[in-house]
Amino acid sequence: MIKIVKRDQPSRAIFFLTPILAIFLTLVAGGLIFYIIGFKPFEALKFFFIVPIADMYGFSELLLKATPLCLIAIGLSFCFKSNNWNIGAEGQLTFGAIVSGGVALIFYEQEGFYILPIVILAGAIGGMLYASIPAILKTYFNTNEILVSLMLVYVSKLILDYLVVGPWSNPEGFNFPETRQFSDSARLPILFEGLRIHAGIFLALAAVVASWFIFYKTYLGFQMKVSGFSLKTAKYAGYKGKKMIILVFLISGACAGLAGVGEITGPIGQLHREVSPDYGFTAIIVAFLGRLHPIGIIFASLIVAITYLGAETAQIFMQIPKYTGQVFQGMILFFLLASDYLLFFKIKFTGLKK
Amino acid sequence: MHKIFIRSFVSSLVFLFTLTVAAVAKDVKAAFVYIGPTGDHGWTYQHDVGRKAVEAAGFKTTYVEGVPESADAERVLRQLANSGHDVIFTTSFGYMNPTNKVAKEFPNVKFEHATGYKREHPNVSTYAARFYEGRAILGTIAGTMTKSNVIGYVASFPIPEVIRGINSFTLAAQKVNPNIKTKIVWAFTWYDPGKESEAAKALIDQGADIIAQHTDSTAIVQIAEKAGVYAFGQASDMDKFAPKAVLTSVENNWGPYYVERVKAVANGTWSQKDTWHGIGDGMVVISDLDSAMPSDLQAKVKKLQADLASGKVHAFTGPIYDQKGDLMVAAGKTADDGMLAGMMTYVKGVEGDIPK
Repeated sequence: MIKIVKRDQPSRAIFFLTPILAIFLTLVAGGLIFYIIGFKPFEALKFFFIVPIADMYGFSELLLKATPLCLIAIGLSFCFKSNNWNIGAEGQLTFGAIVSGGVALIFYEQEGFYILPIVILAGAIGGMLYASIPAILKTYFNTNEILVSLMLVYVSKLILDYLVVGPWSNPEGFNFPETRQFSDSARLPILFEGLRIHAGIFLALAAVVASWFIFYKTYLGFQMKVSGFSLKTAKYAGYKGKKMIILVFLISGACAGLAGVGEITGPIGQLHREVSPDYGFTAIIVAFLGRLHPIGIIFASLIVAITYLGAETAQIFMQIPKYTGQVFQGMILFFLLASDYLLFFKIKFTGLKK
Repeated sequence: MHKIFIRSFVSSLVFLFTLTVAAVAKDVKAAFVYIGPTGDHGWTYQHDVGRKAVEAAGFKTTYVEGVPESADAERVLRQLANSGHDVIFTTSFGYMNPTNKVAKEFPNVKFEHATGYKREHPNVSTYAARFYEGRAILGTIAGTMTKSNVIGYVASFPIPEVIRGINSFTLAAQKVNPNIKTKIVWAFTWYDPGKESEAAKALIDQGADIIAQHTDSTAIVQIAEKAGVYAFGQASDMDKFAPKAVLTSVENNWGPYYVERVKAVANGTWSQKDTWHGIGDGMVVISDLDSAMPSDLQAKVKKLQADLASGKVHAFTGPIYDQKGDLMVAAGKTADDGMLAGMMTYVKGVEGDIPK
């Protein structure tokens, strides 16, 4: 007989094993899907997960793609750890990009070492400002931060639309919806000639180290953890809940804003309508796949990034529809949530009852 | 003897040469980068129809669909240039800067960018279609067929391409019916069946009995079919989605251009070009006219089509006034391509303001 028994305590080993199990199940299910729609499963998986990063260029593109995902997911982990459901990182990214892009345009055709730091700072501040809206509404007006942060995503995209179509559009650009190209002083430096990987990766790594320190070495990290387990306990312990909520939202917004800066001052070099292919939403998968742990998030961002690259390669070389990349992202989250069941329950094999 | 030898030598050389040219021609590979899914029955669908024409002409093709205009476009382009493609068609405006950037790194690969204006390197060409010619025909039909004198128009983004279409449509409609008004709803999307449906419903509620569209999905013609009003198909022949509502469609016909350009690459005759083709060159095609249209209107439309094709009639012939009543194009003059390319003001008879 198979019996399902509730665990006394969530298993720590399983906590870190289930993401690996989820990835394995995704590969199996993905192979099966490829087989059903008429492709050789192993060849397809090879083009999906190995070919894109088989050379130096491919690997640099993987890091380029993982950088914003990692940065946003680190920021989101502050919110999620403390029971604050910030779903609007995409909006904070967009608004950060708007503010930093606006500053970069002020410095159009100007040179100077001071420009880039100002542009970066502006992006972080933009993200923080935008994240403070759901935070303040939640703490002082008791609104639901999920709805507010999510709806603000669409608002930010409309603001961006308005700016690139109207006041900020390139005067020499025949009224097409895009700004001028930023001057080189407002661009993040490229790390290797011929590759696109830029200094933004150091921002992501700095965020990883800082978040690890805050989570595990500071009082704030402890407060976040307690609030995550039980808000009542946190209140009972006398933590200043409101201050913490606003703080985690600001951190989260700053990270998302910086991710936006990385995109527009890195590979794109201007503002236009499509700054991010929904990094802010995909980063939610990354945060959970990485178990809200800084090291876990690094690996998770690399794995999710490869689903983007793999989808392109698979379409170019095998004519597999590119949208299968999104199927893979969905499956990873699905299997992760499903296998979380094992955290709280265990399967027991017992002898037949007489 | 000697002569015969030389002759056979020369002929065999010629033979060998044609053989290599033929072999090279067969080896040319074309790639297409799409903004949407190939099944949108609009913009991307028609580009893919063009790609299939290239396949039918004996060339190998590759495509990547749903490529966002973000930092990802550049990677896709570089990968295609790196994997043995000789000519790459980038079929959305937002690919303009990545196209030119990657073109610089791959001087031996030809790039063809749709709807843009930047040709920074000798291996970049641009191409676009004079869709406004098709819209002049739709305007003529709408002005004749409307009973409420209110025509609805679902627009995508306030860029010259779209404004030009609205103006061309309205001018043609006014010519046959001076009392008409064009009401615009901006959907701020190229493809979103939900938003497009809402826009169409709003226009029908405001009394529009004909709906034109500059967005790509089939949602609008289907809403029109249900509401019992007329509509026009966009990009592809949308008659089968709404047989009663659709009076005709303006089809984007990229196939002939694509085949011509890929063949030019194969023959080594490809050179940089800025192409802006209309009805005359077959890049803009008018679908079959619906039988709901009276025969004299059908004849009128056919004549206008022929005149636009031959250049006898220009869709923007003066006098043209803007909304404020200021003269845009003097009587007897036609708008030049520079004015058309940057057009950002409505003509008289269009209601509302351009979103700023």
